[in-house]
Amino acid sequence: MSQITIFINDKEYKVESGQTIMQTADHLGYHIPRLCYHPKLSIEGACRVCIVEVEGVRNFVASCAYPVRDGMKIRTNTKELRQTRRDIVELILDNHPEDCHTCERNYNCELQRLAYSMGIRRRHFTGEKKHYDKDLSSEAVIRDPNKCILCGRCVRMCSEIQKVHNLTQAHRGFKTVVMPAYNMPFKESVCTACGQCINVCPTAAFLERDYTQELFEALNDKSKIKVAQFAPSVRAAIGEAFNLEPGRNMEGELVAAFRKLGFDYVFDTQFAADLTIMEEASEFLERLQSGGKLPMITSCSSAWMKCMEQFYPDLIENVSTCRSPMSMAGSLIKSYFADKIGVDPDTIYSVATMCCTAKKYEAARPELVVDGRRGVDMVVTTREMAWMIKSAGIDFLNIEKEKPDSPLGMSSGAGAIFGTTGGVMEAAIRTAYELYTGETLVDIEVEAIRGLKGVKEGKLTMDGAEIRVAVAHGLGNACQLLDIVRKEPQRYHFIEIMGCPGGCVGGGGQPYASVNAIPLDENALQKRAQALYDLDRHKTIRRSHDNPDVQKLYREFLQRPLSPVSHKYLHTHYHAKTPRGIIPRVELK
Amino acid sequence: MEKYVITLCDGTTCIQKKSREIRTALEAEIQKAGIADRVAIHLSGCLGMCAKGPIVIVNPGYSMYGNVTINDVPEIVQEHLIKGRPIARLTIDEDHLYNRFFRVFGDADFFGKQMRITLRNCGIIDPENIDDYLALRGYEALAKVLTDMTPQKVVETVKKSGLRGRGGAGFPTGVKWELTAKEPGPEKYVICNADEGDPGAFMDRSAIEGDPHTVIEGMIIGGFAIGSNKGIIYIRAEYPLAIKRLEKALADARKNGMLGDKILGSDFSFDIEIRLGAGAFVCGEETALIHSIEGARGMPRPRPPFPAQSGLFNKPTLINNVETWANIPVIILDGADWFSSIGTATSKGTKVFALAGKIKNTGLVEVPMGTTLREIVFNVGGGIPNGKKFKAVQTGGPSGGCLPEKYLETQIDYESLAAAGSIMGSGGMIVIDEDSCMVNMARFFLEFTQDESCGRCTPCREGTKRMLEILTRISEGQGQPGDIEKLERLGNMIKKSSLCGLGQSAPNPVLSTIKNFREEYEEHIHQHKCRAGVCTSLLTFEILDSCVGCGACKKVCPSEAISGKRKEKHAIDPQKCIHCGQCFMACKFGAIRKG
Amino acid sequence: MIDIQPEKLGELRQFITQFQGKPYFESNLIAVLHKAQALFGYLPREAMDTIAEAMNIPTAHIWGVATFYHYFNLKPIGKFVISVCLGTACYVKGAQEVLDTLRNELHIKVGETTPDMLFTLQEARCLGACGIAPVIMINDKIYGELNSKKVVDLINQMRKSAAKG
Repeated sequence: MSQITIFINDKEYKVESGQTIMQTADHLGYHIPRLCYHPKLSIEGACRVCIVEVEGVRNFVASCAYPVRDGMKIRTNTKELRQTRRDIVELILDNHPEDCHTCERNYNCELQRLAYSMGIRRRHFTGEKKHYDKDLSSEAVIRDPNKCILCGRCVRMCSEIQKVHNLTQAHRGFKTVVMPAYNMPFKESVCTACGQCINVCPTAAFLERDYTQELFEALNDKSKIKVAQFAPSVRAAIGEAFNLEPGRNMEGELVAAFRKLGFDYVFDTQFAADLTIMEEASEFLERLQSGGKLPMITSCSSAWMKCMEQFYPDLIENVSTCRSPMSMAGSLIKSYFADKIGVDPDTIYSVATMCCTAKKYEAARPELVVDGRRGVDMVVTTREMAWMIKSAGIDFLNIEKEKPDSPLGMSSGAGAIFGTTGGVMEAAIRTAYELYTGETLVDIEVEAIRGLKGVKEGKLTMDGAEIRVAVAHGLGNACQLLDIVRKEPQRYHFIEIMGCPGGCVGGGGQPYASVNAIPLDENALQKRAQALYDLDRHKTIRRSHDNPDVQKLYREFLQRPLSPVSHKYLHTHYHAKTPRGIIPRVELK
Repeated sequence: MEKYVITLCDGTTCIQKKSREIRTALEAEIQKAGIADRVAIHLSGCLGMCAKGPIVIVNPGYSMYGNVTINDVPEIVQEHLIKGRPIARLTIDEDHLYNRFFRVFGDADFFGKQMRITLRNCGIIDPENIDDYLALRGYEALAKVLTDMTPQKVVETVKKSGLRGRGGAGFPTGVKWELTAKEPGPEKYVICNADEGDPGAFMDRSAIEGDPHTVIEGMIIGGFAIGSNKGIIYIRAEYPLAIKRLEKALADARKNGMLGDKILGSDFSFDIEIRLGAGAFVCGEETALIHSIEGARGMPRPRPPFPAQSGLFNKPTLINNVETWANIPVIILDGADWFSSIGTATSKGTKVFALAGKIKNTGLVEVPMGTTLREIVFNVGGGIPNGKKFKAVQTGGPSGGCLPEKYLETQIDYESLAAAGSIMGSGGMIVIDEDSCMVNMARFFLEFTQDESCGRCTPCREGTKRMLEILTRISEGQGQPGDIEKLERLGNMIKKSSLCGLGQSAPNPVLSTIKNFREEYEEHIHQHKCRAGVCTSLLTFEILDSCVGCGACKKVCPSEAISGKRKEKHAIDPQKCIHCGQCFMACKFGAIRKG
Repeated sequence: MIDIQPEKLGELRQFITQFQGKPYFESNLIAVLHKAQALFGYLPREAMDTIAEAMNIPTAHIWGVATFYHYFNLKPIGKFVISVCLGTACYVKGAQEVLDTLRNELHIKVGETTPDMLFTLQEARCLGACGIAPVIMINDKIYGELNSKKVVDLINQMRKSAAKG
């Protein structure tokens, strides 16, 4: 790296070499328009929206890909450039459905914003548009190729970050379509339902399956008892859908909004997170002490569960049998809670608001059915819930905060940090340490496994025994970690895996990036995580086993962790599933 | 009695014209005549005279017979081989000269203006016999490089020769070599781009089919120069004969110590493998070709980094096309000075063209740079058949432009062709006469590039589609005022902003025809007229008095526009006619007039 | 319809083993797809699944490659694959007429196969036989200097030869 001189629009700048024109311009305060570019993904150079003029180069160059050179003279805003960019964006519009006002991503669409900012006020080149069938097969993610502008972000996300390789560009030229192998329905594909394609899509080519209308209907059904639960990271992110900065904790507002929407009871998934820790920590200690299969791998993330069953069937026995907090809460709502209020479980309608699209898939897993019924009848994402709150006319930002209901509403700080990468492990350590040693762990904030590093390692000593742990977030990082596990099965004792980048705070159902923000921006992820760490720090109870309602639940219903009752309601099992997923040994272009 | 060697052209066109049946017949006839002991039959690659195939050459005497049929075989045996009397009526031309070691064919028009460097052995040697190649100084250049030259010296020689890439863009070959040589090794790659895909172009195919060893020798020298020991020939799967000959040539070269470990006893090791394309024109683009060899979709990526720095498997890679490689052995043997004495100030050596379209001598020609278009079309190509009028010549295939008569004096070199509004390209040259419609011609090329667009970048994927729609509506009589300006706006935008060479050049056929034949576009749009009578939607059909009333036209007419009783003259209802031209095709009596 | 014989899948697996252990193993995908097409006449899903497993390449990637290159057939093809050259020389010498005749005669569109699995109709780029334009290629053989009548005769010949077995 050295200092070089460049000129942007005739102004001289001293800049670092080794960067692209776009990176340099960003630092200097020139925001070059862009579409296919994403800082976390490989350079596609495809949309050509970010073109600039470089003196001495015959054609325009894509600033996302072109490196700065000493003495380079760059122009970003000439008349010809403006018209060319405008025409390029118009060409994209010309092959795009013109249904903005009825589109799910109206006001939230990068193409729409770009078209406006390019000054496209009339159209010159309209012609034939593509027509493809939507893929509505999946419970979680739906695909609408007509909205696709072929920026390739989803394909890169799915293969580079998540390593699932479910998506490809198929065919070529004007007929190019993004699809799974053989154009098979999503439901039959290796899609893990993580929803990251939705997060990075600039338009509405990928969306979660929308249940908002059904939910409004259900909330009006007087014959049902409507019960809500919501994930830790929902409260840390939903504010962004109401134009708040990332990282505002909206727990109280959410509880109040659920009640205003018509829910009869509002529970907190964080309570079930505490319960998960009780079960998971106990399961871990049992494996540790009785020579069970190690390393034990967490099972809270539903995208990871589907990934594991398709990509890593050899590791099934390593995975904790614990259900996710959502599903634990679900089965308790329809058993323990129904019993408590003395109603037939079938009159309960159980709805989970999750940061996650894969939870829609999880809720429908037949393995989770207890006594013939699903614990969670419907899952909506943070995005869907934000829309419902707005649609119902609830003044979310100024609403009086409320507290969740008993008996599944109170949570420890450990439950809150479930929503971020490393949180489950940290919570588990707090409890496992005490269960194993009989002493209270004093230094409970485990810095080594916090933060956005892809694979994190840590160790602790319990009664002289060294316990080595590892944490991965995003399925691509998980795959890196699991390769190590396959090679060195002894290296770790306990592993946390979350399917989404950053953990649940970066879930596939979280609010879209706001104007000028980048989808899955690390800064935003960190702020969401920080909101959860703050929540933890401000709680007096910070260890799951100290949660009095959890203790009461064991006394009244579950007896003890890993009891037969626990097993029935809180645990599950897995099967190797087809099609088998394949993670290539090398980067495929 | 004299001994004879008969050489049969075994190129694709001649094979189709039954050259192999002729061979069988010849063998039988020779056997029958009892002269098998003094007549040998050899095969050769394409001679480039496809229009006159099948070609049979009898040596000594170099009698070249064209349009030979099986019926001619007994005469060839009886008259020529037994009585020693060459057959005048079959002879194409008699004279031929040797110029230094390669042949420059005699003063028959087809060969007279030609100078064969890269095709020097095509049609002369048996491409499946390494001894034939060795006899004509084959692999001498390699031996010279390995014994007398350093890699730096080889790079310098190529640089000094002034050779430029024959694949289209004309980047100086020596500079490319130098850049790749400079990169750190040891893992580097040498690639021969044989993914010839221009419609109407078959230079590379014929060069490989006719003389595969030249290309191989060039690549080995390239490997030595840049410090690589791995070569790859990327060739279209649609060229089975060329692939077969390459495989044979590679095996023979290995057997003879020209490929493999410690080549010709030196410390240099190099081997070549063949990788097949699978039908994607865009794979002629370097980065797309690399992706294809890597087993991926052949989509180009933004440059830099250039392949010289980061190419195949992210390693430094030197890519040249077939014709460029074929020049290398000659440059090494006869020197950079000699090579650079041929051609113009900026373009050295020769260029091979595939002449096609409305021209008498369809085939391959190799001419020195600086030859004029007129010389190629009217001398070498023999002009336009059927007394038709010349209208334009299209060079550079779907990436090139159409040049009208006023450009006929243009000398072939990279800069002059660009200045005239076309490009050199890889060597397709299509002659267009008055019967061709320029709008339709532009549409044909754009249809090709639009279909071959990889779909990665917006301007090419979406823009060429819109241009094609506009061209289509113009040719169907639905053009609107302003359409020409839209084509120009889109065309210039696509040129300036596309990711790769395919997109950057795709609008050229449209822009150049607008520039040179704007009035034809205007006629289509404003007067709904196609002067060449090609755009059927703009045509009217009329049944003439010579109609015998057979009813064939009535039967095929999809819109029931034709009426008439049997054995009586039929008539077309212009209101119902959809201008499909089916009736015109169906009429066996020429009784339908279109215009 | 064509059934997928397990021994052919075995042959495909066998073919792949020659690349095993060599550097850039995955880069041989296109060669392997060529082999699969040689075995089956097209790329059946079973073959692509087999390749995915044997080469450890995600099926989506294979699908992306298979659909990118026009040489690969994604559907079974007829006994006679007719490729009509639409290269420039053929085009100016009447390739469109040849193509139209074939469409009418076979009652199929380009890219389709006749129900009796005899003929598949394709468009081709220049086949390099411009001297005898317009040309078509039936399987590996080129037929030149065609017109509507010659094309119909050819088709009838093929039908006869198929009927004989």
